[in-house]
Amino acid sequence: MSGRDERIGLRHGAGGPAMRSLVQSLFARASQEPGGFGQDGPDLVGLGAMDDGAGIRLGDRWLVFTADSHVVKPPFFPGGDIGRLAVAGTVNDLAMMGATEVLGLSCAVVIEEGFPREALERIQASIDATSREARAPIVTGDTKVMGRGELDGILLSTAGVALTPRLVRDDGLRPGDAIVVTGTIGDHGFAVLGQRHDLGLGDAVRSDVAPLGDLVRAALAAAGEGLVAMKDPTRGGVASALHEMAGKSGVGVVLDETALPVRDAVRAAAELLGLDPLQVANEGKAVIGVRPHAVDALLAALHGHPLGKEARRIGTCVDAHVGSVVLETGFGRRLLAESDGELLPRIC
Amino acid sequence: MRTDAAPAPGGGAAARRAPLEFRDPARARAFLELLDRRTRDRAGDPVSVMHVCGSHEQAIARFGLRSVFPKGLRVIAGPGCPVCVTDAPEVDEAVALAERGVRVLTYGDMLRVPGTARSLADARAEGARVELVYGPAQAAERAAACDEEVVFFATGFETTAVATAAVLLREPPPNLFVLSAHKYIPPVMEIVAEMPGTRVEGFLAAGHAAAITGSAVFEPFAERHRRPVVVAGFEPLDILAGFARLVELVRRGEPRVENLFPRCVTRDGNRAALEQLWTVFEASGGRWRGIARVPNGNLRLREAFAARDARRRWADLLREALRVPTAAFASQCRCGDVMAGLGAPTDCTLFGRVCTPETPVGACMVSSEGTCRIWHQYGGHPDLRAPGEPAAAAPGPGART
Repeated sequence: MSGRDERIGLRHGAGGPAMRSLVQSLFARASQEPGGFGQDGPDLVGLGAMDDGAGIRLGDRWLVFTADSHVVKPPFFPGGDIGRLAVAGTVNDLAMMGATEVLGLSCAVVIEEGFPREALERIQASIDATSREARAPIVTGDTKVMGRGELDGILLSTAGVALTPRLVRDDGLRPGDAIVVTGTIGDHGFAVLGQRHDLGLGDAVRSDVAPLGDLVRAALAAAGEGLVAMKDPTRGGVASALHEMAGKSGVGVVLDETALPVRDAVRAAAELLGLDPLQVANEGKAVIGVRPHAVDALLAALHGHPLGKEARRIGTCVDAHVGSVVLETGFGRRLLAESDGELLPRIC
Repeated sequence: MRTDAAPAPGGGAAARRAPLEFRDPARARAFLELLDRRTRDRAGDPVSVMHVCGSHEQAIARFGLRSVFPKGLRVIAGPGCPVCVTDAPEVDEAVALAERGVRVLTYGDMLRVPGTARSLADARAEGARVELVYGPAQAAERAAACDEEVVFFATGFETTAVATAAVLLREPPPNLFVLSAHKYIPPVMEIVAEMPGTRVEGFLAAGHAAAITGSAVFEPFAERHRRPVVVAGFEPLDILAGFARLVELVRRGEPRVENLFPRCVTRDGNRAALEQLWTVFEASGGRWRGIARVPNGNLRLREAFAARDARRRWADLLREALRVPTAAFASQCRCGDVMAGLGAPTDCTLFGRVCTPETPVGACMVSSEGTCRIWHQYGGHPDLRAPGEPAAAAPGPGART
């Protein structure tokens, strides 16, 4: 370990390899030791699996349990705010495990001294509206206030529980399976970046933040057992989600770059900033692995839902390049890398 | 030029679209076939050409072009990254100012560039005031919004130097100072062409730099060194067309300058920008990191702008700052060879192991224009053949053993 790793850097929360390594080597260490407390088994999908949430078997069903913290600068951005983000983020983590019937959510709020009450009320109104939209009631919470400068504005911490008869994991891919994304990529990341760095993108780029329970329910109903893996491409974007799915499943993924759904405004912002939409966060999309026979049914179901109109098949699983993602650019092919750190605007 | 735009299911803004004019895969295939025909008959002895622009390497890697270049073509990445060739003592100067409490503003890519011992990011982590800006105009805005002295650490080739010049000519707030590490590209091509062991037979020049200087700036060079220069843009078809023409000129033994980027570049360049550039800056000799001392390769503020020159304002402090002990590993770094086209990133024992974008040893691993960073970003080996296909030889020449 180099000297610089003695301290936690921003990259340890960026959703890429550095974060996975921190979680694996520290937070999930105990549960990964053979015979360790909380180790994964037939009745438990726990920390060791590093999936979107935990699965605890209850009779013939699974209780899915997930937790999430949200800080975003700025708290209000085109297309959403931190309140909608918190509810949707937790609902989506549950949905990615196949659990679309939410029993309840918790929402704890930590506020910086001096935070405007008016902003807090707007955030709470957004939490309530998103909770109703997702049919995911907030059933418990907590409130703390910290001194000025001890926190940057506001932090929301949520948890959620839901039941499902079938657990969908992120490691079920086999060679030949198709990769589907449920809509345009990069919208959330560029909306926030544009606002944070004052890029003047205006309303052309809006966050996609949305609860996906309903969309995932439709996908599961249409594809059934053919839907074999799912992940929401948040921090680190589609690139990190696919690397994780490919690595855990023991396959490679070949992506068709020309098939990626990307809005024109996002594409333009990406070219301008030298950032790849594949590496930028989404908050209302799912990456789905599906057996070949179920692809058409899945796409038809997604296209019939307001949040899945731009769904597209973007890639295929192969037995080569295990754990990697190969990008067919239309000109040649290259490896797709994960971003691992602060997204910095570049010089030229 | 848009054809067969078949809307995909769902349609809308994100529907599968016709390729952009300079990103048409069908035309790319035609250029690749042409390149193959023009290089095929020199079996075992590929035609070696060099680009001198990080944006060219970035586009080559981004579109996966190394996986489809014909075997008879060897594309060498040259000293085309302004961030990479910023010399360690220049970074030391910026670090020293920041550590002494001066507000230092610079481009995002400069943050992690190692100085002799430390980077601006290291200084920032310990509380120094280092801020990122998109350019000198934004630096001037920040200066206008405060009373304290603000230093813009100005890096980049003539493309960004003209932006610095334009801001200085518009009488920015008096508390704005410039620490210039700007570099001028044409002289370094001479150095590379004269390096012992170089096998470069022709140069692909950077379209955006040539938009400022004009293509004629390369004419004396082409004549003196008997090597053709082709000015090219940055879309895949620009690059492929540029190589196709360059190889043709090499094979015919015609050391001419040709402009294949006429939609942006003229023979004389942008005269207004050049006038501003040379009003504010003068060329002086100086070191380019890892390469050599390059006569006339550095752009420094002229006497008339002495009041803006951070090197004069903090002369004593900066003299002191240049006595810094060298960091470990730095002596093993092969950035210099990589930038001079004498070695590939994979020839370096530090590459991807000790030296990564988060803990860079050399500047080539820092900038999005740096060859090491680009190769690392695209998986460490940019020549990715389809499964089962034999891997081609590494694209770098690996001439040094």
